[in-house]
Amino acid sequence: MALRVAEEWLSSCSGCEIAILNLGAGLLELLRRIELVHIPVLLDHKYFGPLGDGDPDHPDIPEAEVGIISGGVRDREQLETAKLMRQRCGTIVALGTCATHGGIPALINQSTNAELFERYYRGGPTTDPGPDPDQVVPPMLERTYALDEHITVDLYLPGCPPHPDQIAEALTALVQGRDPVLPRKSVCDTCPTIREGKGQLSQVARLVDSPKFDPDQPLSQMRCLLEQGLLCMGPVTAAGCAGSREMAPRCLSARVPCRGCYGPVRRQGNQMLDMLNALASNGVELGSLADRPGLLRFSGAHGRLRPRPAPRKSGE
Amino acid sequence: MGRTINIQPVTRIEGHARVSIQLDDQGRVTDSQLHVMAMRGFEKFIEGRPAEEVPRIVTRICGICPWMHHSASNKAVDACFGAEVPPAGTALRELTQVMAHINDKILHFFFLAAPDFVMGAGADYQVRNIMGIVQAAPELAERVVKMRQAGQMMLEKFTGKAIHPVAMVPGGFAKPMSDAERRELLDQAREQLEFARFCMDYAKENVFAQLDQAALELGQITTGFLGTVDSESGTLELFDGVLRLMKPDGSYHDFTYRQYADHLGEQVVPWSYGKFPYAKSWGEGLAMDLDNPKGVYRANTLARINVCDHIATPLAQAELEEFRANFGRPAQSTTLYHWARLIELVYACERVVEILEDPAICKGAVRRPVKPGAGRGVGCVEAPRGTLIHDYTTDDDGLIAEANMIVGTTHNLAPMNMSVRAAAEAVINGGQVTAEALNKVEMAIRCYDP
Ligand code: SF4
Ligand code: SF4
Ligand code: SF4
Repeated sequence: MALRVAEEWLSSCSGCEIAILNLGAGLLELLRRIELVHIPVLLDHKYFGPLGDGDPDHPDIPEAEVGIISGGVRDREQLETAKLMRQRCGTIVALGTCATHGGIPALINQSTNAELFERYYRGGPTTDPGPDPDQVVPPMLERTYALDEHITVDLYLPGCPPHPDQIAEALTALVQGRDPVLPRKSVCDTCPTIREGKGQLSQVARLVDSPKFDPDQPLSQMRCLLEQGLLCMGPVTAAGCAGSREMAPRCLSARVPCRGCYGPVRRQGNQMLDMLNALASNGVELGSLADRPGLLRFSGAHGRLRPRPAPRKSGE
Repeated sequence: MGRTINIQPVTRIEGHARVSIQLDDQGRVTDSQLHVMAMRGFEKFIEGRPAEEVPRIVTRICGICPWMHHSASNKAVDACFGAEVPPAGTALRELTQVMAHINDKILHFFFLAAPDFVMGAGADYQVRNIMGIVQAAPELAERVVKMRQAGQMMLEKFTGKAIHPVAMVPGGFAKPMSDAERRELLDQAREQLEFARFCMDYAKENVFAQLDQAALELGQITTGFLGTVDSESGTLELFDGVLRLMKPDGSYHDFTYRQYADHLGEQVVPWSYGKFPYAKSWGEGLAMDLDNPKGVYRANTLARINVCDHIATPLAQAELEEFRANFGRPAQSTTLYHWARLIELVYACERVVEILEDPAICKGAVRRPVKPGAGRGVGCVEAPRGTLIHDYTTDDDGLIAEANMIVGTTHNLAPMNMSVRAAAEAVINGGQVTAEALNKVEMAIRCYDP
């Protein structure tokens, strides 16, 4: 019997679903062993039945052994969907950093809903101002939540998006009824760059110029970007983007620094505090950081990012 | 007492939408809406952030087309900072953005749209999907999956990250391309071009040949069109050019990115989180009345194929000529979005080959340092789903003071609502509501690949 799998996306971007498709040939292989019973991006299963005549207050999702959910929880409908998935599915997998830590959409937690709506429906050069939409659309919750702030999560697969190797390992393990083997270290632990460790750094620069590297040489010949004075969040970010075949961290392959998309190394860690500590202990002057809350750009749920106070006057 | 039909989730699209169709006592369609059910607020939460970080943040607007946001955003930041991108940097940006178009079109045509045609609009939902195609046509499915995967891996191998890319940076591209990389990619790109020709032949034989009048008229509406063309030659452009807004009668006006807000407006409606763009410069407001629409234009493939004068690559140009000979200019049939999409697939493959054939892409600097400061920048590209506009204003420190974006899909919100209405009226006549009829309403939406 194939393993029955349901999939839903909440406050998300569909990149996690594309990462599933990026299993490529592995996907065809996997499809022989799992049965997708609900997955809006691929399959026409409907909440209100094939004739659209079900009770609009009681959406339906089929029962499944595994429920995969991408995205955080931003509005009441997403909250209901998350709860319904929890009821219908045996094991809940939080897929992607939005689901595990809020992800990029949780940056909105620095603003109130009133500020967001004011900007969106009554601001900007192209918008004809109008009242906030309030018919049919689900009311917003007060902020963006990670999945486990509302339902119990059994398996966490962070990454923005997660590497297909980890998706394959998780699904294969679930099919085989064992615990998946997932990465535990930090991005730095998977990074081949040269570290000399001598802290002569006093500032971190903004991303305005190229680091030094010889493009004809492999990454293992490039000096660590943090040691070159660029903000790189490898030390405080969970490993995984390099996949299971000993590739380099993805951003480093492009010769740009890590921005933390796999979330903290320990699931409950705080990427901002950890990074500030790492920088301070190396003698970096923290005033040189252009956007401190931006260190939480992938992990702003769990109450970490909060509405900013009203703008301060310049010079303060 | 009438009743309401609710189709949710709208499936095989990107994002969260619901269709409501209101019926009267006799089962006649009295009204319908396509609701955008979610919002995240990127314009708000990038405020105050260093502009050079933003091209790595706004990618998360869409995981299917992150390369589009990445490139439009980088262009906008370049303009804010007064940065000049060296020629090889620009070539690498165009190359990767157009490569991403290729993967996207394969994904949409085969994974999202084709099940309706290959398995049939009325096939059981459990087989009317890519898994059904895998069962019914395993060789085709294997080839499609392999080619799409190869396309993703081409981007990944060169840039590290295909979903939510990081390789474009304000001032250029983060790394140069070696000649060996160029030659390897060129071989693969030629294979993709062969595959694109196969897709076109396959679709003509198995999909387009079977489009009867009813299929061509499904969700048909009469609107204007928006796309990007080369400022001098009027040829189709995906990466850079001027915006062209065409009226339903085929007359048009070209304008620069910076002028977009003079021509486009957005209206707020009470039943959708998405705002409705319209052609403000036509001076007639917005009305989604099927018989007498006002201010409604469409974007995405059919729009680009309609607004361009020609296509600069030979195979796609031949396809364009055949298309125009059959359907005229502008073509209005919504179903023809699929055909136009495959013409663009051929163009994108030819363009990638063309760019890679020129060894200049490997020569000279790819990036220049930028200096954060005050400015305003409007960066646009043609995304698979339509013209993408990122408009940023920065303060003296180069932090985002204000941001405005119109993303591809939203241009089509008014047209999609109209197509839903037209399709619903056509397939639910006399109150017979079947699963097939409702799928046909969704097929009208899927043409727009939202
Ligand atoms: S984790 Fe990243 S890829 Fe996944 S839904 Fe969130 S933004 Fe998209
Ligand atoms: S800080 Fe960045 S560049 Fe340095 S080792 Fe860690 S991941 Fe690599
Ligand atoms: S290097 Fe960092 S930001 Fe880049 S993909 Fe890996 S974890 Fe994500």
